[in-house]
Amino acid sequence: MDWLQNIDWLQLLKCFVTGGAICVIGQILIDKTKLTPARILVLFVTTGVILGGLGIYQYIVDFAGAGATVPLTGFGYNLAKGAIKGVKEFGLIGAFTGGITASAGGIAAAVFFGYIASLISKPKMKKE
Amino acid sequence: MKPLDSQKEYQEYVNKKSPNSPILKNCFNAFWVGGLICTIGQIILNICKSRGLSQDVSGTIVSIILIGISAFLTGLNVFNKIGKFAGAGSLVPITGFANSVVSPAMEYKSEGYIMGVGGKMFTVAGPVLVFGISASIIVGIIYLIFNTQAITLV
Repeated sequence: MDWLQNIDWLQLLKCFVTGGAICVIGQILIDKTKLTPARILVLFVTTGVILGGLGIYQYIVDFAGAGATVPLTGFGYNLAKGAIKGVKEFGLIGAFTGGITASAGGIAAAVFFGYIASLISKPKMKKE
Repeated sequence: MKPLDSQKEYQEYVNKKSPNSPILKNCFNAFWVGGLICTIGQIILNICKSRGLSQDVSGTIVSIILIGISAFLTGLNVFNKIGKFAGAGSLVPITGFANSVVSPAMEYKSEGYIMGVGGKMFTVAGPVLVFGISASIIVGIIYLIFNTQAITLV
């Protein structure tokens, strides 16, 4: 049971609470404003980019780790962080290459696994 | 039962009869499911880092694993059951992004594998990428123009 002592429970708790809180914001938006899920996703990613660009999101990431990077705001944060890193390294061209470079893994995985999963899926019965 | 004459009385009657707004329950479910997904991500992150991978690579691996799992759960029709229960709890984490790629693709499978599956994959994910990537380019350009740490604080 050695590995049990190596787990940083406080870190996991912070991650759980922050991640949960971000989802609750989304849930309140869905229930109160009747925004469609697609708009919620766009809103969260764009918010993440803006907060990431302003450097505010970095504090949340430092506090909560995956609790802040796993929600879609973290995807936006990653895009903004990559764009800034790109500008630092390559100037103007970095603004175009940096964001996608930083999030390439996630986008490629979504495209690839998404296509495979759609192929193996059974068409949904309409009666459900 | 005596008739309800005023608008106010009617409203009170409706409020009494209709079930309590499920928003608290929805938020509670969203909270713990969303928190749990993030915690799974943190655990994967910790395992990757303990193997000596860098923060960036570990974060990418977490995204890929979570996206892969939720894409296949969507394909197996499991994810929409979780989504019905958890609402934003499964939508807001990156799992929701994968779900938004797979579910329209599944729906339009009958239209063929190129335009049906390949095209409709991006019905929801497309706007997300358009706005996310465009915003990140703007952030980069703003950073370039002002070229200062003050604008980013970090």
